[in-house]
Amino acid sequence: MKQLLNSLKEIRKYPAAIFGLMIVSALVIFAIVVVITIPYQEAINMWRGGESIYGRNPRNVPPKWVNWFREEELPESFELIEGDEGVTSEVKTTEGGTNIKTLTFEFDYNYAAFPQDIVFYFRSNFDEKEPFVSMTWVTPDEREIRLGNFGTGPTLTFPVSQDDQLKKKLDDLAANVGLFKDPESEVDEVVQGTYQVNIEAITFEPDSEINVEMVLLGQVHGWAGTDHLRRDLTLPIMWGAPIALTFGLLAALGTSITTMTFAAIGAWYGGVVDGLIQRITEINLVLPFLSILIMVGTFYSRSIWTILGVTIALSIFTGGIKQYRAIFMQVKESTYIEAAQAYGAKDGRIIFRYLIPRIIPLLIPGLISAVPAFVFLEASLALLGIGDPVLPTWGKTINDAYQNAALYRGWYYWILEPAVLLMITGLGFAMLGFSLDRIFNPRLRGL
Amino acid sequence: MVTTSATEKLLRIEDLKLHFNITQGVVQAVDGVDFELDNNSSVVILGESGCGKSSLAKAILRLLPRNAGTYSGKVWFGGQDVMQLDDEAFRRNVRWVGMSMVPQAALNSLNPVVRIGEQVAEPVMVHHGLKKDEAWGMARRMFQHVGVPDDFLIRYPFELSGGMRQRSALAMALVTLPNLIILDEPTSALDLLTQANIFNVLKRLKDEFGISYILITHDIATSSELAQNVAVMYAGQMVEISDAKRFFTKPLHPYSQKLMASVPRLHGNDELEFITGTPPSLLNPPTGCRFKDRCPSRFDKCDEDPPLFIRDGIKVRCWLYEENA
Amino acid sequence: MTEEPKILAEVRVEGQQHIGENVLDVQDLKVWFELRRFGFARTGFVHAVDGVTFQLKRGEAIAIVGESGCGKSSLMKTILGLNEITDGDIYYNDMHLNEMDKKTLRWYRSTQIGYVQQDPYGALPPFMTVRRILEEPLVVAGFNDKDKRLEQIRQVMKEVRLIPVDDYLNKFPHQISGGQQQRVVIARALIQAPEIIVADEPVSMLDASVRVEVLKLMRALQENYNISFIYITHDLSTVRYFSEYIFVMYAGRFAEKAKQHDLLTNPKHPYTYALLTATSEPEYENSLGFKEVPPGEPPSLVKPPKGCRFHPRCKYAIAGVCDSEVPPDFHVEEGHEVACWLYDERYEEPDFSE
Repeated sequence: MKQLLNSLKEIRKYPAAIFGLMIVSALVIFAIVVVITIPYQEAINMWRGGESIYGRNPRNVPPKWVNWFREEELPESFELIEGDEGVTSEVKTTEGGTNIKTLTFEFDYNYAAFPQDIVFYFRSNFDEKEPFVSMTWVTPDEREIRLGNFGTGPTLTFPVSQDDQLKKKLDDLAANVGLFKDPESEVDEVVQGTYQVNIEAITFEPDSEINVEMVLLGQVHGWAGTDHLRRDLTLPIMWGAPIALTFGLLAALGTSITTMTFAAIGAWYGGVVDGLIQRITEINLVLPFLSILIMVGTFYSRSIWTILGVTIALSIFTGGIKQYRAIFMQVKESTYIEAAQAYGAKDGRIIFRYLIPRIIPLLIPGLISAVPAFVFLEASLALLGIGDPVLPTWGKTINDAYQNAALYRGWYYWILEPAVLLMITGLGFAMLGFSLDRIFNPRLRGL
Repeated sequence: MVTTSATEKLLRIEDLKLHFNITQGVVQAVDGVDFELDNNSSVVILGESGCGKSSLAKAILRLLPRNAGTYSGKVWFGGQDVMQLDDEAFRRNVRWVGMSMVPQAALNSLNPVVRIGEQVAEPVMVHHGLKKDEAWGMARRMFQHVGVPDDFLIRYPFELSGGMRQRSALAMALVTLPNLIILDEPTSALDLLTQANIFNVLKRLKDEFGISYILITHDIATSSELAQNVAVMYAGQMVEISDAKRFFTKPLHPYSQKLMASVPRLHGNDELEFITGTPPSLLNPPTGCRFKDRCPSRFDKCDEDPPLFIRDGIKVRCWLYEENA
Repeated sequence: MTEEPKILAEVRVEGQQHIGENVLDVQDLKVWFELRRFGFARTGFVHAVDGVTFQLKRGEAIAIVGESGCGKSSLMKTILGLNEITDGDIYYNDMHLNEMDKKTLRWYRSTQIGYVQQDPYGALPPFMTVRRILEEPLVVAGFNDKDKRLEQIRQVMKEVRLIPVDDYLNKFPHQISGGQQQRVVIARALIQAPEIIVADEPVSMLDASVRVEVLKLMRALQENYNISFIYITHDLSTVRYFSEYIFVMYAGRFAEKAKQHDLLTNPKHPYTYALLTATSEPEYENSLGFKEVPPGEPPSLVKPPKGCRFHPRCKYAIAGVCDSEVPPDFHVEEGHEVACWLYDERYEEPDFSE
């Protein structure tokens, strides 16, 4: 409606509105971009996690950018495989088809903190005899530590920190610490410099091959950090936006439109119909909203669509109805409504084409202001454990963090990131909504 | 009441201007208005909607809205230049002491939660420092004058009919016995008989108390009930200022003539005329005579701003009446 | 009884064939509204219309004059089919309004009778363009052909002088002046090609110079299309320009019915006389004297005075007669009736020049 657009131009006058509008637009654009770049099904799969996707991530580490604020940087993960710089390999063939592959992984480690782990991945193919490897660790100060000798099988994952034997060798320190620690010092200090891992891999069959990959798990990862399942938190942070917005908008839209319609019907017909709607509203206002949602979530289904549906259903007959009804009672006395009756318009037509369009400007600020309420509702439900278990949302993230005692363990980023985003969303919509209220409401005083 | 000299005019306005700022620009509602008013006389300001007459009332009483811009000119009331007074002095000494107002749709300007007796008593309590009983007594007297029975004093506005409410508003304007009452469309929403009643009251009050009136209206027929002088306003300016006798028989300005020709009459056989076009916007008034686009007697000189010419004591803003024309 | 909606041209032709016939016949109409207190206790009735009889001929314009609270709005709304008839009859072209079924009633409202209201801005939905506003009654009446609708809209806009049509089609009500808004309201009533148009104070909210235009417009429509008009107003001075008959209404009843000229020059009922004297002409002499106004206020319609409703304010009232018996209509001259006991042969007629 052109009239609406004219009113929207007035937004220019309110800095709060412009700010809110910027935030909301940014969120919406962000959400759209996210949905396009990481389609829904892919996101779900990624979120489900598993070794295959997240095995190479460190667990519970903060995002990369915390290093910008630290004096001593935390180590970042890296991977080394044959063919990379710093990796040398030599193959010696002996008679009888045995190949001895000598691999040297060389890297610089100049961080003050210990890595989370070092994992070696062995992949080989053979018919009967599995390859055999022998690994040695060389520190910058030229100490050699034997990491182990063992057969690899078709695949083998060797995280050094899990090896108890190695631990015993290293004064009962987990290998990710022990391998780097300065033996002389009493505190856990890292020996910085160039490290080397020498691997001797012997294959016993002429066609048998073996590949080795080394992954050093750092103490930071990605733009958002990781969670207890090693999942990169950028996924729920990003995907949380479209989910929150969709839920918020659909719930706000659904309730606003239905509330307005019922209010109009009640106000227009009056009598029994109006009375019925009012009584239903009054009963509904007394019902414990959250408790019902919890019951539905616990006993029936936690799917987000179910929760959305129940939320809308319970939110229709609320105080909003009384508010709109009061306005409709006034509007229905308008002269043009009388004219419509005089030229024979039916009730339905009057309600939907003459009454409701009058109120739509009032609806809009209410709608915008209601969105954050629903966004927070979804997050709260997730926090309480009845959120949708499948979806990567902000609420779920906070829930995971809470369940893993994130705050006690210093994993602040896990809670702060989704919380800040929730607050920004709420702030943006609220500022926009309040300003729109000021723009649209004076107009309606001329009803 | 303010003491006035017998020789000085009660009210003299010179080049009064009031402009409002709105998003689209500046509304030049009152754009250089001059006129005078004697003691115990009445003038009616005629004009259609959008000519700035309500703004003129506000300008005289200094009831300026928040978006008022230019407010200039000279206003002599009782020989004193009240434009020089600051707002507080004006409020204390002039507004509702010397001059008061019955606003348009007075029905809506009464406080719905206060009894009307109290509302009418309030101005004397505030401006003359009367105690509550004395003020109430004054209110009762005023109600008698305007014809509202005593037992209505304790009622609330919604309990009264339209005519009664208008009379209450009139009593409120009257209670401090001002020299001048400005009436802005006092009877526009009222029935015929009630309207006649109110004008009877106004006439009687004028005779009894010597009050002067500025009556602002677009209803030419009823304006003749009270008018001794007529000032016609168009697009923020006065275009004719005349005495009632001559105005109602033979107005000079083409606009006044067309207005008079458009008044429906009970008797007679003449056809009604109407004025084509619409009045100019006060946002960007045109240069030259503001009526030129709708005037049947337009000629080239009209592209210049006409000043107020005087012809036999009647002031006309029209080149047709230029001396030696 | 649903026909294809007519277009204006047809009305013009048809109207000419039936001049002189009664299009509306109202017999002793009573419209009472129930007063309820506390939602269920019946405390009485508002006798808004309490015994009204008149006929409206095709192509004729009548004016119903009265002050606020006299019941003219309720009368008009009943004729429009918006209020229920409590007692009495309204015949539209020999069809009884009460006996119309829902469908017929809708047909009546959407194609036979049009309504022009007082407040031009309020009468137009602010969120619709002029084109849509004018299209709505056609859609409701069953005009399904979109092109034919547009044609009808254009024709009607030309009739009310909203030209060039294209300039106005897409404007919103707040973008046009008061006079133009009222013309849209008239166009909306006209577009139904009705036989009757009821106009409730159509010009009272317009500027003086614009009133004339609108009145002239309605007169032209009446003459061109033989549409019957019921013009409701409290302003007697406009009546002369626009109606053949004047009915004066007071407290739910007609006090006097006469041809326009007769009523204005030779009023019979004391109330009519009071109204006429209260109407001002723009003459300087008015400021020199006082007007005579009957004391008091119009009576409450819940407990109206016994007998003649005007008697408490009437200086000619005859005790024992006017305060106890309802006066019938006395025939004074051709087409002139007064509901006043003073015109009974037993009593003396009032002399207003005293």
